[in-house]
Amino acid sequence: MGGLLGVVLVLMMAALPARAASLEEGPDGPAPTQSHQRLAPCLACHGEKGQSEQPEVPSLGAQPAFYVMVQLYMFRERLRTVEIMNTMTQGLTDDDLRSMADIIAKLPPPRPVEAPGDPARLDRARALIQQHRCNFCHNPNFSGVQQVPRLAGQREDYLVKALREYKSNTRRSYDAAMGDVLYAISDEQLLDLAYFLARFQ
Amino acid sequence: MTTCSSTRWNLVLIGMLSVLLITPHAFGQQPAEQPSTQPAAPPAPAQPPAPPAGQLPITQPQPTAVPGRPDIPNAEVNTQIRPVPAPPLAAPEDKLPIPQLKLPKGFKIEVYASGIANARSLRLGDKGTVFVSNRVLDKVYAIVDKNGKREVKVIASGLDRPNGLAFHNGTLYIAEGAQISKLEKIEDNLDNPPKPIVIYNDFVNYQSHGWKFMGLGPDNKLYVNVGSPCNICEPPETNGQIRRISLDGSSADVVARGVRNSVGFDWHPVTKELYFTDNGRDWLSEDLPEDELNRVTKIGQHFGFPYCHQGTFTDREMGWGRSCNEFEKPVALLGPHSAALGMRFYTGTMFPPEYRNVIFIARHGSWNKTKKVGGDIVIAKLNKDGSVKSWEPFLTGFLQNNEYIGRPVDVQVMKDGSLLVSDDYAGAVYRVTYGSSKVAKR
Repeated sequence: MGGLLGVVLVLMMAALPARAASLEEGPDGPAPTQSHQRLAPCLACHGEKGQSEQPEVPSLGAQPAFYVMVQLYMFRERLRTVEIMNTMTQGLTDDDLRSMADIIAKLPPPRPVEAPGDPARLDRARALIQQHRCNFCHNPNFSGVQQVPRLAGQREDYLVKALREYKSNTRRSYDAAMGDVLYAISDEQLLDLAYFLARFQ
Repeated sequence: MTTCSSTRWNLVLIGMLSVLLITPHAFGQQPAEQPSTQPAAPPAPAQPPAPPAGQLPITQPQPTAVPGRPDIPNAEVNTQIRPVPAPPLAAPEDKLPIPQLKLPKGFKIEVYASGIANARSLRLGDKGTVFVSNRVLDKVYAIVDKNGKREVKVIASGLDRPNGLAFHNGTLYIAEGAQISKLEKIEDNLDNPPKPIVIYNDFVNYQSHGWKFMGLGPDNKLYVNVGSPCNICEPPETNGQIRRISLDGSSADVVARGVRNSVGFDWHPVTKELYFTDNGRDWLSEDLPEDELNRVTKIGQHFGFPYCHQGTFTDREMGWGRSCNEFEKPVALLGPHSAALGMRFYTGTMFPPEYRNVIFIARHGSWNKTKKVGGDIVIAKLNKDGSVKSWEPFLTGFLQNNEYIGRPVDVQVMKDGSLLVSDDYAGAVYRVTYGSSKVAKR
């Protein structure tokens, strides 16, 4: 796995200079910045239009820039341990983190799951959200703000993964908020929350 | 959408994506699956996944959920009372809020050191090194002053909320979420610091209020707050206290109980009594409760949490059947939700005589309140009997138009009598001087 990962990374990195050169020859639009170029391999997984097609890889479209910057920082400093993200963020400067976060925040929001969904599960999730005041921090439309991530239209499998990791403290929280809230939320309830948020219009 | 507008760009991306599709398991943490626009419905495991080796330990269950959160019908108000973010990156030196800060006549403030993201607790080494901790990040810094030129070095990293610092006899003690470790002879080895040696780890690991404040008592023991793991709850026996621990970690006892979360304390220079700040509960009301300044006159006293707030009223949930008369009352109330954190008695001689033995207290500033309070350094003046005569603002201006441009966390009296102030929002340490005392060149 490690070896394969390395090969893929090298392939992705190798693609970058080629692109820069071709743009110099005759770009169709405004020349992208260095940060745009650096984001190319990121968006290959996370989705260039803000919507991830990869299992358990989050959609980044319309995430608040502050939240993205914090997560990039945590990956770079290995405060969050996800091998590929730790590798991808090595060597990025603080300014890189800021400008990449700003670009990511401008990607369009991910599209929610369109199928109507099971009304009973959606109702259970609404009650949980009311009980735990998720909307206080994440906003009533779950757009997120500042250090608080957007949840609306996020991949369901990623939401489940993130919630479980916060609950079990295997994902380091930037602040203690999610650890607090998730204490009283069962695994079954957490599945309902993810189900609801992935379908939130 | 500007990033991927060109055809060539898309072709490159498609090329990359196809690499990914061949080897999707390199990127996901599950076996290969066909990518789908529909999120996969994950199965519910019987147990939450165990942490992989090398990751953070599992936290203990919290005793309660998020009780006491009110229904606030006004959605606009909701957005004004949520936690203020702590930036992980320090502000550039030319963006620091020095011009906006205000002090009493005759005092000056300058930048002591910048570029210290999430600068929290301050401690002074015997040889003049200033140590600075982190709370949301993982580092401990040393600021070295050589003839007025200052250098910032990282002396420890990869730590878990290393907020608490104490210094004794050449050794720096660091309190993390679940352990205390030490760096011996640290001032002689700032460029090649040793690995921290753990001396004590009898803490239950909680996320909520899990970071520590630490200080060295007059009895040469480490005093550590062990916060309540919640906003409001019946804390377990192990928590909601200030504990003192011998320097080798071999013994410990409880100094104060009924403490919600203290992030600052110091000892009276004359009476040697312990004074500590304590943060009141959230989500009760805009104006209540106020944060407390407390005084320990007898080891083991109970200061009221979670039953009684600010010494005057019982909690609306936990207080039934209790009375505030059962508990020690605070010596001062420091403002609702104001987040009174670090504090030190002023023992220097640079400031005018009336400042001798006053307490400088950093108020980090409220978040759980629509009209913010705090974001300043206040001074508390004491009566001869150790009670508080009055308190007043000293250093203000971090709060501008109801928004923070800096948030003071801790203070440290220097040997020359100047006062350092840490700011975890701008990521800097400032120095306050009085009179014509030379402002050192950076």
